[in-house]
Amino acid sequence: MLDRINKAQNMIETACKKLGKQINIMEVCGTHTVSIFRNGIRTILPDNLKLLSGPGCPVCVTDQSYIDNVLQIADNKDCLIATYGDMIRVPGKGGSLETKQTTANVKIVLSSEDALQLAKDNPDKTVVFIAVGFETTTPATAVAIKEAHADSVDNFCVLSGHKLVVPAMKALVSTKNDHIDAFLCPGHVSVIIGYNSYKEIVEDYGRPCVVAGFEPIQIIEGLAEICRQLADGKTKLESVYSAVVTAEGNTIAQKIIEECFEPADGYWRGLGEIEKSTLKIKDKYSKFDALKRFDITETPVEDTSGCQCGEVLCGLIDPPQCKLFGKTCTINTPIGPCMVSSEGACAAWYKYSLKEKP
Amino acid sequence: MCLAIPARIVELEGDKAVVDAMGNRWKAKTTLLPEVKLGDLVLIHAGFAISTIDEEEAKKTWQLIAEINDFNETQNKISG
Ligand code: SF4
Repeated sequence: MLDRINKAQNMIETACKKLGKQINIMEVCGTHTVSIFRNGIRTILPDNLKLLSGPGCPVCVTDQSYIDNVLQIADNKDCLIATYGDMIRVPGKGGSLETKQTTANVKIVLSSEDALQLAKDNPDKTVVFIAVGFETTTPATAVAIKEAHADSVDNFCVLSGHKLVVPAMKALVSTKNDHIDAFLCPGHVSVIIGYNSYKEIVEDYGRPCVVAGFEPIQIIEGLAEICRQLADGKTKLESVYSAVVTAEGNTIAQKIIEECFEPADGYWRGLGEIEKSTLKIKDKYSKFDALKRFDITETPVEDTSGCQCGEVLCGLIDPPQCKLFGKTCTINTPIGPCMVSSEGACAAWYKYSLKEKP
Repeated sequence: MCLAIPARIVELEGDKAVVDAMGNRWKAKTTLLPEVKLGDLVLIHAGFAISTIDEEEAKKTWQLIAEINDFNETQNKISG
């Protein structure tokens, strides 16, 4: 193992020396961010190689208007809110689901199936499933919708906050900033979408895309592969996570997503509106769409807290550059979602800067 | 939240399974991976098996998850 680490580290050093300029690699996925910090990977990289934390934590990129919609639905006495635990502390305009827990029916679930079961067990309530997540999580929601349809569980509905990873990556390299040189692509999202999905970013935008698992060695080898490509001036699609990620991905899961959802323009925290980047429930299943059931229109809201999560998520600033970081915004008193989420960049910086200067 | 957890299928009836990871057992569905068999190792995310995984890879991920959990507990203690 040490051999592999040394080899990869040497490759990174040689490539970065050859490049002789600042290189920025974005790790798209929040789980990568945590692993990178936890294992001190930043400390072994050459000075001219910088890692940027990307928009890959579903909680962090959820627009505040979505949270506000959830809170508004939660006020409805006949509703039960079923949510993944990750969303419970994210602040909206009027508090969070956690603060609502005393007055509203909020239940934490581990899967969409649990949410559907909750609806079956509570026929006198409308169960609203707070469905956030990228392609890894979406198939589970789609299966629940199909089952609700088949079993006529009419008191079940879904507020879709599902998002697509690739359109956000494209938006990052085409508009917001051009200082991202390459992407370390998420492991378990790629299990579903397959690494061929990043083809366009590699071919049309000239950015290396390498899929890696979450272990430190896979991350380091992923970075080494990216550096090698940049130094050689040859961009290519690569997976160092071949144990579970294939070129095509899980095609059954993709079909189920397609059956229930269609891509729509949608809002991301920090990135604004991105074309065909969110998933809306198809008309065939509209009866399970919480937006329709509660007659909600999605409008973006201005965040006035001073939180700079948007810039953090685009890799434009590091969390400590936010004026609130470590002052009013801490792990115990989080202001923005990047501090709330255990996979958020601000939370990772905050936890680890207690031990070392990243 | 996109982390999937390796687990072994210890019961299977149709697409309903019981899976085991590090001694923890819970229910999961195999709808997205219809060809799996009893005893297979799979990655579970949000209650669904999304991919098969080999023994070595599974062990490495379990180790990683145990470390992260350890770490989170330590952090909780630090932060009160
Ligand atoms: S430190 Fe807090 S306020 Fe600043 S960007 Fe991060 S989450 Fe937002």
